[in-house]
Amino acid sequence: MRISIDRSLCQGHGRCYDLAPDLFGADDEGYSALLVPDGRVAAELEDDARLAADNCPEAAVLLHQDALLQDALLQDAGTEEAAR
Amino acid sequence: MSVDDRFTSDPASLRSDPALGTFSEIVRGPVTDWATDFSHTDEEWAQGAIGIWDDLRQRCPIAHTERFGGAWLPTRYEDVAAVAHDTEHFSSRGIIAGNFRPPRALAPVGGTPPISSDPPFHHDARKLLLPAFTKNAVSRHEESTRAFCSSLVDRFAGRDVVDAAADYAQHVPVRVIADMLGFPPEDGPRFRRFVENALEGIDLPPEERLARSSSLFEYLLVQIRDHLEHPREDLTTYLLEAELAGRKLEPAHVAGTMALLLIAGIDTTWSAIGASLWHLAGHPEDRRRLVAEPELRPTAVEEFLRAYAPVTMARLVKDDVTWHGVEMKAEDWVLLSFSAANRDPAQFERADEVLVDRRVNRHAAFGLGIHRCVGSHLARMELRVALDVWLDRVPEFSLADSAAVRWSTGQIRGPRALPLRIG
Repeated sequence: MRISIDRSLCQGHGRCYDLAPDLFGADDEGYSALLVPDGRVAAELEDDARLAADNCPEAAVLLHQDALLQDALLQDAGTEEAAR
Repeated sequence: MSVDDRFTSDPASLRSDPALGTFSEIVRGPVTDWATDFSHTDEEWAQGAIGIWDDLRQRCPIAHTERFGGAWLPTRYEDVAAVAHDTEHFSSRGIIAGNFRPPRALAPVGGTPPISSDPPFHHDARKLLLPAFTKNAVSRHEESTRAFCSSLVDRFAGRDVVDAAADYAQHVPVRVIADMLGFPPEDGPRFRRFVENALEGIDLPPEERLARSSSLFEYLLVQIRDHLEHPREDLTTYLLEAELAGRKLEPAHVAGTMALLLIAGIDTTWSAIGASLWHLAGHPEDRRRLVAEPELRPTAVEEFLRAYAPVTMARLVKDDVTWHGVEMKAEDWVLLSFSAANRDPAQFERADEVLVDRRVNRHAAFGLGIHRCVGSHLARMELRVALDVWLDRVPEFSLADSAAVRWSTGQIRGPRALPLRIG
């Protein structure tokens, strides 16, 4: 899973960094800032990511479930290519 | 800073001449039909607003009134969110729906920036305040807030019944904001009067309202001059030294923002603390659970904010517009009831129930869009700490006399008298 923040929607409510402090922090003005590189969420933090998304009043926290699938496909393709 | 000629003249220079605004006829008397003649100043609203919104949401859902010179009341989450996000049709020049509309020339700054401001001015005025109100910044006040709450409970010694609204909840935000602005803590009782005048005096005759609001600006000027002579680490000095586009703020901007910070955090937070304690007094199963499971309290706080959201804001319609099926006229008020939105079953499962362990809670208690409450992190801290201290020190409490509980009228909703039996 990957996460991102829609900056045009974020208003600094801060629910994400309250609920998922390992994934989100605050900048100097209280707007949300991603703490994980490329928005990549470790498996054990996926529930936190969902909680943050489900509680954002502006729906500014986005989950990208398909990233995982895409990664897997790319990896498979890569492996296949390497095998050839 | 030895000389600052921004603040040498009289208090009247700190705000626009109210005579340039417009006054509408004061309509009194009981509401005949909530869909066509609503009034947030009616006693029935104070006691039963939640039922009124639920009823209107099903049959209206955007109520109207000819009172206050014309006003609308959307009750669905979707409509409230749409108004909050729409700064093209709706202005924040007026945010307290009553019989006075601030002068049009005040836009886009408004009398109390940034809450009264519209884009594009709004952005910069808000940006000035944000760093002082981040979660991190307000955490510096947590320890003193906890000690203060505890000192309030100390005063309950020897009493069976206390008024949780008047003896506890109301004092918390007053003390915190006095501290942040650098005002003398003993001035707290005066702040209460300023708040009443601004938020609850909307059906008073114009001349009386004006006289009352003058006293606020006279007070602010005294504080400003004291801070110019003795600058210190607080919000007042910060605002006096702040710059926008390389220039110090206009005197009316400084005083207007100080008025906002003083007034906006008091009734609102007081209401949230009081409503939460009121709920717990009447629901012993929730009370016992939160006493036993302190880790659940932050989740419960969000649910109390959803179910008893204290704040309704207002907007002014910019130009005649057909909006979601109703014909709005320029200068009509729109009440932005985040409290009603938070009760909409189309947005929340089991919207009419208070579930202290509700995990998914996308509530709008602090507003939506660019005017999200700038003090939300401060309010959350105060609410969490006030409940923590109360539950830890007064784990047993119940309503002493439910008939004596009195809720406010107007846009800020919360208990103003809340006698609780303790111990």
